[in-house]
Amino acid sequence: MRFFELVRFAIGAIIAHPMRSVLTSLGVVIGVAAVVMMTAIGMGAQQRVTESISGLGSNLIIVMPSFQRGPVSQGAGAGQALRDADAEAISKQVEGLAAVAPSVSTRGQLAADGANWNSRIDGVTPDYLLARDVTVASGRMFDPGEARQGRKVVVIGPTVARELWGESNPVGRRLRVRSVPFEVIGVLATKGQAGFGQDQDDIVLAPLEAVRSRLIGRRSRGDTVSVIYVKAADAGGLDKVQEDVTNLLRAQHRIRAGEEDDFATQNMASILEAMQSAIKTFTVFLAAVAAVSLVVGGVGIMNIMLVAVTERTREIGLRMAVGARRSDVLIQFALESVFLSLVGGLIGLTLGVLGALGIAKLASWPAAIPAWAAPLALGFSVAVGLMFGAYPSWRAARLDPIEALRRE
Amino acid sequence: MIEVADLTKVYQMGEESVPALAGVSVSIARGEYVAVVGPSGSGKSTLMNILGGLDRPTSGVYRFEGEDVGGFGDDELAGFRRRRIGFVFQSFQLLPRLTALQNVELPMVYAGLGGAERRARASDLLTRVGLGARMGHRPTQLSGGQQQRVAIARSLANRPDLLLADEPTGALDSATGVEVLQLFAELNADGLTLAIVTHDPDVADQARRRIAFRDGHIVSDERRAAPT
Repeated sequence: MRFFELVRFAIGAIIAHPMRSVLTSLGVVIGVAAVVMMTAIGMGAQQRVTESISGLGSNLIIVMPSFQRGPVSQGAGAGQALRDADAEAISKQVEGLAAVAPSVSTRGQLAADGANWNSRIDGVTPDYLLARDVTVASGRMFDPGEARQGRKVVVIGPTVARELWGESNPVGRRLRVRSVPFEVIGVLATKGQAGFGQDQDDIVLAPLEAVRSRLIGRRSRGDTVSVIYVKAADAGGLDKVQEDVTNLLRAQHRIRAGEEDDFATQNMASILEAMQSAIKTFTVFLAAVAAVSLVVGGVGIMNIMLVAVTERTREIGLRMAVGARRSDVLIQFALESVFLSLVGGLIGLTLGVLGALGIAKLASWPAAIPAWAAPLALGFSVAVGLMFGAYPSWRAARLDPIEALRRE
Repeated sequence: MIEVADLTKVYQMGEESVPALAGVSVSIARGEYVAVVGPSGSGKSTLMNILGGLDRPTSGVYRFEGEDVGGFGDDELAGFRRRRIGFVFQSFQLLPRLTALQNVELPMVYAGLGGAERRARASDLLTRVGLGARMGHRPTQLSGGQQQRVAIARSLANRPDLLLADEPTGALDSATGVEVLQLFAELNADGLTLAIVTHDPDVADQARRRIAFRDGHIVSDERRAAPT
């Protein structure tokens, strides 16, 4: 009952000077808006990175040759490259696998029906689709037979299809890759602008053997692969698979104990984890910087509350004379400060959410405003109001009523 | 009702000690109408502040209905002011943001009364002081005499045992001063104990007891029969 009345007194005092109250809470408005926006941007970045890394394929380990750094430079790709035999050994000897897909990669000029485009060409096996979580939207993937024979067929990404044929269906058309004619038999489903700024849809998939013999040919041994994609059957087995693959390849490459691997395995889950934690750190850092402006806002509130206590000294004296306890005065002024801050927090939250949505739209970024942003922002405002209202309220409560009533 | 014995109050002004009350003993019975007079700095306001529980004596005894008010802590004093005392000030001390009705409600808020009860009682009191038609006005919309009547209504809000007034007519012209005095006389006739600090000879004439101060001492204490 009595507390409710003190709330009314506090709100009455705020409403009595609307302009001043709004200006006073401006610091908190800016602080809260900044914290909300920074958090939302950080969360958006995190979401984006998560999407793009999972876009590479789930439960995926990527095996690549590593470029050894020894006392004597052995040149790029020296030591041993990965071979077909490595991929076969993995698929035969490692347990808990969903797919093993060796691939070679090159770039080249594409030409078809008068249009040109430069794209990445991957020589793969049909298991590539499973390993990378890619699906064929129209047409079909080449089958294992076609892959073995090295038939000159390709499955193209939607970007390639659009660049060369526009809206018309490319299935059945002829495509010249570095002047070598291929037949388009399928178009991949869109994976979108994921990755790190790369377009995952800008790709041409051809049988491994066809790419080796027709496009890479003379430049390397016939059984070299540039990447082996290893997909574990489930996320839980990922670390075990990574370990088994590493041990197997060390044996396969006759690497003695104590020597470094001549290949590298990248566990996409652990990369994702590392990226997420980096972004989280960055987000916290940004939010902390933004929180500094909250402190500045708090100082603004303290300043005005001190002015208010001075201005209203006689009111305080009168309230005491008619029976207000010191704690009543303390609570009244503390509430006033908390409400000033809370109003700022509400306005700031609104502006912050709008700002985050605006930035998300401009940057075509997922707008990630966490549900806890609202209670957090308002909680912070209350805390700021209490912290910076404490001293002025204490000053008000310590006033001597006789002195206070005499003040002009 | 009030018993004060050997009361002293010393103000510390830096290095110097300034005695405001130098051993005052007085008792006031229920229903009395006391005028406290004396030159400024004679200690009469200090005594009023101590009687009203706004200040504590340096030494001596202050008993109110047997309670040792001199030994009260801050919260006990606040409760004492709330329940026992009504204050009327020379400068009215109304809160400018509140209406007359809300000003009168204020002491009842701190006494924890509910809203409906407060409004009913405040409007009764304002009607009694002749401001029934101006309850929604703010202090700036009222004349000095009207403001002082609002302040008197406020002082009566929690049914005090003692009404303390410090120069209640000091800021009023003589006609409105007379009206306010008339109101005091009526309140006293209804049994309220009044103690009024004043320079105004009209007030001093109306009171039935007159205590004169000089240099922190009571120099005279005269009683008269009720005015006819």
